[in-house]
Amino acid sequence: MLAYVLRRLVQSVLVLFAMSALVFAGVYAIGNPVDILINPQADQTEIARATEALGLDKPLPAQYWNFLTSAVSGELGRSFASNVPAIDLILQRMPATLELALTAMVLAILLGLPLGLWAGLKPDSVAAKTIMAGSILGFSLPTFWVGLLLIMVFSVWLGWLPPTGRGETVNLLGVEVSFLTVDGLRHLAMPAFNLALFKLALLIRLTRAGTREAMVQDYVRFARAKGVPEPRIVRTHVLKNILIPIVTVIGLEFGSVIAFAIVTETIFAWPGMGKLLIDSINVLDRPVIVAYLLVIVTMFVLINLTVDLLYTALDPRVRLKTARV
Amino acid sequence: MAALLWAIAFSGGAIAAELRIGLSADVTTLDPHFVAAQPNLTVQLHIFDGLVRIDERTRVIPGIAASWSTPDPLTWEIKLRHGVKFHDGSDLTAEDIVFSLERPLTIKGSPGGFGTYVRPIVSKQIVDRHTLRLKTAAPYGPLLHDLAHVLIVSKRAASNASGEDFDNGKAAVGTGPFKLVKFARGDRVQLARHDAYWAGRPEWETVTLRILPSDPVRTAALLSGELDAIEHVPTADLARLRKSSAHRLAQTTSWRTILLHVDQYRTQPPGVTDKGGKPLAANPFKDIRVRRALSKAINRQAIVERVMEGLAQPASNVVSPSVVGHDPAVKPEGYDPEGARKLLAEAGYPNGFTMTLATPNNRYINDEQVAQACAQMFSRIGVTTKVDAMPLSAFLGKVRSQEFGVALLGWGSLGADLALRSLAATPNPDKGYGAWNWARYSNPALDKLIEQSLATVEPVKRESAARTASAFAANEIAFIPLHYQVVTWAMKRSLDYSARTDEFTFAHYFRTANK
Repeated sequence: MLAYVLRRLVQSVLVLFAMSALVFAGVYAIGNPVDILINPQADQTEIARATEALGLDKPLPAQYWNFLTSAVSGELGRSFASNVPAIDLILQRMPATLELALTAMVLAILLGLPLGLWAGLKPDSVAAKTIMAGSILGFSLPTFWVGLLLIMVFSVWLGWLPPTGRGETVNLLGVEVSFLTVDGLRHLAMPAFNLALFKLALLIRLTRAGTREAMVQDYVRFARAKGVPEPRIVRTHVLKNILIPIVTVIGLEFGSVIAFAIVTETIFAWPGMGKLLIDSINVLDRPVIVAYLLVIVTMFVLINLTVDLLYTALDPRVRLKTARV
Repeated sequence: MAALLWAIAFSGGAIAAELRIGLSADVTTLDPHFVAAQPNLTVQLHIFDGLVRIDERTRVIPGIAASWSTPDPLTWEIKLRHGVKFHDGSDLTAEDIVFSLERPLTIKGSPGGFGTYVRPIVSKQIVDRHTLRLKTAAPYGPLLHDLAHVLIVSKRAASNASGEDFDNGKAAVGTGPFKLVKFARGDRVQLARHDAYWAGRPEWETVTLRILPSDPVRTAALLSGELDAIEHVPTADLARLRKSSAHRLAQTTSWRTILLHVDQYRTQPPGVTDKGGKPLAANPFKDIRVRRALSKAINRQAIVERVMEGLAQPASNVVSPSVVGHDPAVKPEGYDPEGARKLLAEAGYPNGFTMTLATPNNRYINDEQVAQACAQMFSRIGVTTKVDAMPLSAFLGKVRSQEFGVALLGWGSLGADLALRSLAATPNPDKGYGAWNWARYSNPALDKLIEQSLATVEPVKRESAARTASAFAANEIAFIPLHYQVVTWAMKRSLDYSARTDEFTFAHYFRTANK
């Protein structure tokens, strides 16, 4: 078990290494940050000074080497545009993104599982058909359009919810969170729902398919013949068995929720990491771009590891050794 | 007693003087000397003052410098206003000014951009607490225009301060109209009134500047009542807001001139060929008749009305009408496709040629569409034009390495001489000339006019010298001006704002409207 976890961590260090090299080359290929950050009135002397101050006067391999040597000691560089360490910028924004992504995921699970179950257990009912039709909408409508529509309806016409931004935050164990205040929840509702919509549709369809498949299995028929009450059949025989693919998808999708949050964050002006990335790409703030991607890759690695470990808890037949490819 | 009750009732909630403004671009730091970027300066100018102020029409007016004189062309004697207080209650002195003028060049890892403003000053002499003598190596007229954007920090609070110290407020101690309450990066800046502000107590007790770069979202936040005002109203929402009885618009011609740079130094500029795709024998743009033909081919009025939906004004000069050095005698080139074709034929291109016009697609108002419209108009006189549009981050690197033959660019400046120094003077790193002159237009006569204007310290004389230079560049068609952008603010009907040429949004200039 320990060896397995260690091996996975070594692999991820290699991924991080390759990633940073790619980003370095990529940003270099787009353009020179000084061209964007420099004051248009600046003369040649000032442009040269700025280039040197950002370390961009050196050849690319030398810049990358400088980055690597300081990265090893945990220093990922200072933002070109913000005058603070890049990693601080990201950690400052991370709670907002995680809060949004977690809320969206919880929303998707809390709504998706029961709705999917319902649609799977009573496939011919009107409710089931409505749920399935709704899930198609959830799949097919583009996130940014739904987001703007939500703002139009709930903020501009009805005036119920604030259109943008993050609400009042409180400090929970050293992290600024907004879901504990009324104002925070009001701000969180629309972006979280917007982000959850696609996952919700996915979970509904996944749960329904699994349920329909499980309902005709021998063990369900047998349990029923034995006289096990229906709620217990659904809880222990159906739900537990269909949970493995669902957990996989939730795990994978949690990563993509964090990545997709960029769109939602942009629409609702949610001050998260995704918005930071967009802003940083616009000004080619390389230290922030590199640090962001390193953080995201690390997060993906951890999520996948957690999913793998969860398997063993859910299904005793799965052994970590067999997970080796 | 009644008066006291009235005062209590008045101060309590009911008429809480709060102002919430939606800004259009991200603010990266509150350190005013780290990077010279307008979105940052917008917020910083609420907290700090420059030595002088720039008024709505881009002219220098007294600020914490109450008056100044130039005993000789190399010396600027500046008298500071008495009784100017920092947010911590301490007095502003000449020491703070000297410290603030020196600080930009001492910050490590800073993209800066302030060096150009402070380097002309070779010595700073403190005469007394409120008098300062600045010396320049050569006479330099626009000094105060430049210094307006080098903000004054408190020497005590900002010595050895890091970027974090400014962002968390420890070092963000200025003399400006508002004190920093909280900077939530990427989200908002909260400000509170500075009661001892030298120019009088601002009307707003608290100000929230929200950062909303997405255009439809900014408008929605205004419509929903979450914001009281927004800057840079998107063209798409203008008609709707104009009709709304609950809102008011403030508009003016901005300082931003949109122009086309045409390569004038290479024999074969990139993307310019004959109709068959073969290289031309010579660079057609070196011939002024070709440049004039291209200028005549553009129907500026049509671009203004159709592409810009009225948010522009046809351009003739390098700077817009209210900026120092705009020459009203120079009129925008009239639309004349016949004349253009004739000029092309005279220059030896009766069948025209082919060229590629590069443009950013996320920087100026409808930039890509403007380029497309120009391309069609050029094609009509026989110059078949293809548009190559890309995001600004990719565009700037390429344009600086001179990969384009023709490129669209926007330029905002506080003086025609300043704009021409960057855009049209012969590139000369020693003098700081032509840093953005990618087309390498070069004319010693223009260089001389620019130099004369910049070296004129007396404002009225400088204005006329700058005007001469501007008219010369326009007649020479050093570049092809298209239009001046119009900048728009939208706000609740109960508010009013005097639209600024320099596009800055300042909470302290918003007022309750007279009914």
